[in-house]
Order: sequence, then structure tokens, then C-alpha cells
Amino acid sequence: MTEQIQNMQPQKQDNDEDSQQYLTFIMANEEYGVEILSVQEIRGWESTTVIPNAPSHVKGVINLRGTIVPIIDLRQRFGIEVLDYGTTTVVIVVKVAIASEHKVIGIVVDAVSDVFSVNNDDVRDVPNFGEDTDLSFIKGLTNAGEKMVILLDINRLLGSEVLPEAEQLSQLMHNLDADKQVVNG
Amino acid sequence: MKQILAVDDSASMRQMVCFTLKTAGFDVTEACNGDEALKAAQQSEYDLVISDVNMPIMDGLTLIRNLLTLPNYKFTPLLMLTTESGTEKKQEGRSAGATGWIVKPFNPDQLLATVRKVLG
Amino acid sequence: MEIDLSQFSQVFFEESLEGLDAMESELLNLDVNNPDEETINTIFRAAHSIKGGSATFGFSQVANYTHLLETLLDEIRDGRRQMTNEHQDMLLLSVDLLRNMFDALMRKIDFDDPLLAQLEKQFTIEIAKGTKGAAPEESDSSNDTLVEQEATGLLHWAIDFQAGIDILRCGNDPYLMFNELRQLGELSVNLAKHSSPEFNDIDPEACYLNWQLELVTDQPLERLKEVFEWVEDECIINYSSSPVMNGNANPDSGPSNIESTEVAIPQEQQGSETVQNDVGGKRLDEAKTSNQEPKPKAASKAKLPETGSIRVSIDKIDLLINMVGELVITQAMLGQIGQQDEINEESFESLKQGLEQLATHTRDLQESVMQIRMLPISFAFNRFPRLVRDIGQQLGKKVNLVLKGEDTELDKTVMEKIVDPMVHLVRNSLDHGLETPEERLAKGKSEVGTITLNAFHQGGSIIIEIIDDGAGLDTDKILSKAREKGIVGQDEELSTEAIHKLIFKPGFSTVDAVSDLSGRGVGMDVVRQNINELNGSIELKSTQDKGSRFTIRLPLTLAILDGQLVRVGRHIYVVPLVSIHESLQVEPNKINRLSDGHELIQLRNEYLPVIKVYQEFCHTADAKEIKDGLVMVVDSNNEKIGLLVDELLSQQQVVIKSLEDNYSQVPGVSGATILGDGTVALIIDVTGLVSLAGITNMKEHAA
Repeated sequence: MTEQIQNMQPQKQDNDEDSQQYLTFIMANEEYGVEILSVQEIRGWESTTVIPNAPSHVKGVINLRGTIVPIIDLRQRFGIEVLDYGTTTVVIVVKVAIASEHKVIGIVVDAVSDVFSVNNDDVRDVPNFGEDTDLSFIKGLTNAGEKMVILLDINRLLGSEVLPEAEQLSQLMHNLDADKQVVNG
Repeated sequence: MKQILAVDDSASMRQMVCFTLKTAGFDVTEACNGDEALKAAQQSEYDLVISDVNMPIMDGLTLIRNLLTLPNYKFTPLLMLTTESGTEKKQEGRSAGATGWIVKPFNPDQLLATVRKVLG
Repeated sequence: MEIDLSQFSQVFFEESLEGLDAMESELLNLDVNNPDEETINTIFRAAHSIKGGSATFGFSQVANYTHLLETLLDEIRDGRRQMTNEHQDMLLLSVDLLRNMFDALMRKIDFDDPLLAQLEKQFTIEIAKGTKGAAPEESDSSNDTLVEQEATGLLHWAIDFQAGIDILRCGNDPYLMFNELRQLGELSVNLAKHSSPEFNDIDPEACYLNWQLELVTDQPLERLKEVFEWVEDECIINYSSSPVMNGNANPDSGPSNIESTEVAIPQEQQGSETVQNDVGGKRLDEAKTSNQEPKPKAASKAKLPETGSIRVSIDKIDLLINMVGELVITQAMLGQIGQQDEINEESFESLKQGLEQLATHTRDLQESVMQIRMLPISFAFNRFPRLVRDIGQQLGKKVNLVLKGEDTELDKTVMEKIVDPMVHLVRNSLDHGLETPEERLAKGKSEVGTITLNAFHQGGSIIIEIIDDGAGLDTDKILSKAREKGIVGQDEELSTEAIHKLIFKPGFSTVDAVSDLSGRGVGMDVVRQNINELNGSIELKSTQDKGSRFTIRLPLTLAILDGQLVRVGRHIYVVPLVSIHESLQVEPNKINRLSDGHELIQLRNEYLPVIKVYQEFCHTADAKEIKDGLVMVVDSNNEKIGLLVDELLSQQQVVIKSLEDNYSQVPGVSGATILGDGTVALIIDVTGLVSLAGITNMKEHAA
């Protein structure tokens, strides 16, 4: 474990700017962050038109001011137990670049939490869980006060081919959680 | 600012001529053929008219002959855009009353040099 | 000045392609033996503009080639050369070649079609054959060599300039010329002896002056002549030079100076009388310029346009502006009502009125915006005169092509996609429809066959007809062929109409042997399919020995679709109306189940496979069995199939939205639309649904 903690020290990248703003949201008691620049708007849950034979995490499409926008349930994508959609269920509409094309996609999350700036120096790399698992959809980990936030690379997250299977993913999240305890402790 | 009327039926040539002249600080009006040009010339006064020769509706030479009948254009320099194969056209142009010509193909620098030659 | 010429390339390409279209259609219109002056002029102008532009913008390959065309056409235009059929053919081939050259330029690839060299040679030979008694073009090159050799040592020039009386009237100002000379070296200007008329006879606009100019310069005589180039015909200009004796000249250059003076003096003597030579020199210069390789910078910077552009008439734009104006007024009116604290009866009335206006304006605006994409079908028709001429010639058939309704407008995208099927149909009419002149005469018809292309609007559709007065379909042969191929049962009797429809069957028309029938040949199924993909349909009427008429019906735009809303469980789908034949409830005794689980229904004397939409789409539906629901008989690649749905809802025009923009392609779904209540409904792609259901060969099932 000590080694892993070592690995998590910031090693790289002072890219363009020193800090970036993130929108964080809650899902199954975890806090996740997406770059605020990719967020178009936040909406309440509304019923969708189902796409036949789509993967189960694709909830369907909605009409967003004349544009057809697919809605993706992130819980289902992450293999977390699915909740019924309620009044607090939120859709974050993000603009992502997938294979050089820009797509607008809505992601269903439990609730929106906060907006805060993260200094790039404060972003730690994801611990290595073995070579088979591609965790490149996670940009890194950071602390916001007491809490640990998982920063997502939205482009990789929604450019589906890089994402591990839901089951595998839920296991990873679990590991990440265990790991977090160590960091915090 | 000197006002120039540029006449050519080819949109790309027109764009090139206008862009070059505008970049050099002239005020440029475009026309697609002799008829349009003549109407424009009657509406406002230009310091120089640069015209292609072979155009539909009204060709460049007819334009020049017509312009010279307008009192305001008696001494206005009128330049023809011509190609090397139009040797006789040059003669015709001269007798129609053109001031001079610019031979296609020309580059922006040559165009400006010629324009400065007549506008001083 | 640094101006990047590549920024004009795109416009140049577009106008050149338009020029080529014009050239082609004029060439086809041309009566070779008695060419119309204006027609020749239009053809010449197209070649001329392309040459001028390509030379200017650095496309030397095009410039060199069009120069040949231009030279030939110029001679024809002047009457120096008689137009021949051979010229017409060469020019038509050139149109094709140039289109390919432009295509290569736009895609920034090298153009190395051997046809280029071949045609170039043909033109050169043709031009070299000479005109009616004209002298060969290239004049004595010795003079040019002299120009080349001219020394550039410092010379003292004395220029005697007797201005022509009219030079001011041509806008030439001696003052500006002297200024230009001054830039070449040290200049002194003296007024020379001149004779002006009596004061009363003086024309204030005339120039009576002569000047004696002295210039010390290292510039060659050519350069000095350039200054007076425009006036040399009407002015008397004498140049004489002597070496600069004292002072600054480099002693080493002394002897060469003298030499060059000797050379320059005969040159100067020629000066006044040899416009000819002067022009020859000029030509050489220009030839050099145009032969230069295009500036690499311009070529490499040229950007390919990512999206096509469209030309919109000012009228359409004005109309749009008007409507937006109306919309703004309505908005202001509604805004005013909105600012009131409360709504009373009166303001409620105006609110209603305003909303009504808004609805009207929105609808009008939508229509007008759609109009922008509309182009007259002449853009598609234009290529046919050429095609008909070429193929007719090849086949030895005499054809008269009639174009009707060329102003009928349709969506640019639809137009682009309908051209290929039309070409196919016209080729077919030429190949299999029209008879040879002998056959026609034998049948008592005129030896010239007629193919008519007609277009008109009908409802929300455009109808395109391709009509020939040829042999028509030979129903007996088609039927026996179909029986042979097992497409039609041996004992099965078909109506004439049904037999005609056979030619659209994939199994039928891809058989090579069919093309020797006097009927229609290869690839009709592909035509059919292409038209179906545009949500259109094709019909055929044919009478033996009288001719055939293909009728294509297309939506005016791809953006809007006439749809039938259907319900499957709690899901609403749109089915393109054009593909629906009928909808019906099926009696249990008309339903057959196959061993592989697929079900067939009997409809009159046909058996149709049925696709249960809910099954393919994994939905829960009310009607799980065919007998419980509604079967919609639809067309997929000219085969009828049934779709099982729960209920038919309304029919309406829907605006097609892309699913792929933000998601991806979905099998069985061609797109989405937004219904009146703001929800999204998906549009069913019948052909996609058929392959999703795994029905590969429906005939096998039905058999």
C-alpha cells in the first residue's frame, strides 16, 4: 500500500492552466467531478423515448430545444444499483468530443453537489489496479475539504469503447473506495 | 479615398481585384458586366474603372465607349483586363478610348503597380 | 503586398464548373455547320474565363490546356476557322477532362490522365493546321533574343515625346508617365517645340504639347517603352541612347556599354514602326509567366471546402428578410401584452391574434427556409442532352430529347441523389427502349425517337417522368424469362401491370441474359432501391411498340416526411407514408407459421412475411399475435411485407432529425422527429427492419 500511496503523488502535467473548475455530483454516496467547461446545462429528469435494442444504460432520447439528445444512466453504466428516478434526479447535459465529433449527451446522476476549482497540482493519479483495467476515463483524484472527489474524463467516459464492463467497473469503484480510506487515513 | 469600379463576369477575378485594391486602401465597387457597371458609374463618380473585356450582356469595350459619353468620365482612366490572345482587343480598346490595360494573368502587385500608374 | 491567392480558389472552382456546364450545353445546342455567333461567344467566354482565372491563381495545367481551347475558339469566333464536328467532339471531351482536372485540384491530387496529353496534341495539331490564310503565330525570335541580350549598364537616354492630341481624353496623363520614368533614374523634362492652333481653335481637352526627356538609367529599353505602352500608337516617341561618359559608370562596363548601344540603336529604329515585334516580345514574356509552375505556397495553402455551398437568389433572401421583419413586429406586439399587469378581455383578444400571426409567420418562415435549398431541376436535366447525344451516337440511334418543366424546384440533396437513377433510366430507354432507325421505319414510326424528361409538382411531391416512344416492354419475353428463373410459377398468370413490375425484382434484373431482351435490362432493382431510400417511389407504364413511361415520385425535401404515426405498446413510431400500401386486420385462418418461427399472412393471392415490430425492438406490446393487432403492408425493396403494430394514430408531416448527430445509427430506425407535444418519435426504416428481422430472401419464405 505504501508504494501505491507513493505512486499517487503528483507526477506530471502542468498543462495549460494551473487550475480548472469542476462540477461535482453525487452518485451512490460517491462524489464525482466533470470539467465545468464541458457542461451545457443541468435539467430535471424527464421521460425519454426509448431507443430499440440500445444498451440498458442508454435510457433513450429527449428533445432538447429541437435537438435529439441521448440520455445515459451513469449508475447503470458504472454497474451500481439502479434507483427509481425521482424529483431530485438530475440530468447533466455535457458536450463531449468522441472520435473528433462533438456530441451532446445527457447523463443521469443522483444529485448535483458543488462547483469548485481544483489546482492541477492537487490532482493525484489513479492507483494502479492491474494492467488489464483501463481507468483512463478517470482523470484523477482530488480532495475537496473532507471529501474525496473522482474527477472524470468525460470524453473517455462517454466514448464507450474504453470503458470496462459494468461489473468490472463496480468492482473498481469499490477498490477505489477502499483505497480512498487509506489516503484519507 | 479613391473610388474604383471593378467589372468582371468572373466572381473569382472580381474578388481578387477587389481584395487587392481594398487591402491597398482603395474604395472598390463591383459589377458583373458592362451594363451593371454603366448603371453604377451613372450613380456615383469613380476615379478609375477596371473592366474585363469579354463579358455577357455588355462587353468591356461597349462599356468604355458608353462611359466616354458621360461628361464625368471624359478624363477618367479606364483600364481593360485582357489576355495575351486579345492583341486585336488591345487595339480595339485603344480606339474605343481605354486608357490602358492589364494583361492576364497578373498578380496583385502588378495590378497595384498599374493602378498607381494611372492614379498617381 | 502579400496576398494569398488561394483564398479565391474555391470561388474560381465553382464558377469554372458552372462555366463548363454552360460550355457543354451550348456545345450541344450548336448547329456545327451554321454556328450561332452568340453561342460560339458563350463557349469562348467560358474557356477564356477559365484560362484567365487559372493563370492568375496559379493552376498552370488548366491554364495551358484552356489556352489551346481558347486559341481555337478565338479563331472560330473571328471567322478565321470553320467549326467542324471534330472540333465539337474535342471540345466536349475537353469539358469532361477539365471537370476531372478541377476535381483533382479540389482534392489536391495530381492529375495525370493520359487523355490530357492526347487532347493537347490533337489541339496543337489542329491549331497548327492553320487558319484561312493566316500567318503562323510565332514570329521571328531573333528580336526576342535581342531583348534578352539587352545590356543593363547605365545609359543616357534622350526621348523625344510628341504626345498624341487625344491622350488626355483617354485618361492618360503625361505627368504620371514622367513620374513613372523618374522612378527608373534621373530624369529631366523639357517642353519641346510644339505647334498649337490659333487661340480660337484651341480645344481645351486636347493635348498639343511635345516634350524632350532625358533619362539616365540602367533599365533596358523595354522597360522605358512599357511606360508609354498604352500611348505608343497615337504618340510619336523616339528613343536614342549613349553611354554615360563621365563619372559613376564602372570602367569595366565601358566596352560592353558601347556594344549594347550598337545593339540598341537598330532596335530603336524599329521602335516606331514595329508594333508587330513589340507584340511578339510581349507574347513571349507572357508565355513565360503562364508556363511557370504555380507558386508552391498558393498550392499548398489551398483549403478544401468541407461543406458544399449553395447559390440563393436574392428574391428568396428578400422574402426571408421580409418574414423575419413580420416576425419581429409580432414579437413586439406580444411583448407589449406581456408587459401589462393583467390580462383583460381586450388584451386577451390581441394575445390570441398575436399567437395566430406567430403561427402563420413561423409556418411561412419554415417554408421559405426550405425554399433556400430548392434548385430548379434544370441542374439535373442539363447533363442529359450530352448523355443522349453520346449514347445515341454510339448505338446508331436517332434521338430527340425533350425537356419539360425545367424550372420545377426540388431540394438540392434530393437532386444530387436522383441524378444517378435518372441517368440509369435514360440509358435504358436509349439502349433497350428506342429502336434503331430501320426498325422504327419498319414499324411506321418516325426514324427519330423521342425521349422526354418531364418534371412537375403534385401535392408535396415532385414527379419526374422519363418517357420514350420506343418499343415498350415485351411482356411475353419478360414473363417467360421470369418463369425460367423461377420468379413466377409456371402456371401463375400475371396482369400486364404485374409483369411490368417484375423488372424491378432483384432476382430478375441482375441476370445478365436479360439485357438482350427488347425490354429493360440491368440494375432496375438498384434504381428502385435508390429511389426508395429517398422516400420516393417509381412506377412504370408501358405499351408495346408505343413506348414506356417511368414515373418517379419524390418528396420535395429530405428534411420533411409524410408519416403515419403508429403505436407499439407505449411507444410511438413514424412510418413513411410512401412505403405503406394498406393496413388491415388479419383473420386467424390467413396466418401460417413457418418452421423457423416466421409467420406469413395471406393477402388476396399473395403470401407476405410479417415482422412483429415489438419483437424486433424488444418492446412490450398489446398485440403479441398477428390476429390481435393491425398489420401494415409496407414496401421494402419492392417486396411487400407486413408490420405488426398495435394501433394506427394520425398521419402528419414530420421534420426529420438526425439520431446520429449525438448518438449513433440504430438498426431499423432511420431518424427521429419531434411531435406536437414536444416528445421524440423514432422513424422506422422498413428495409433496416427487414434485415433486423433476419428475413433475407422474402421470396423463399413466401414460396
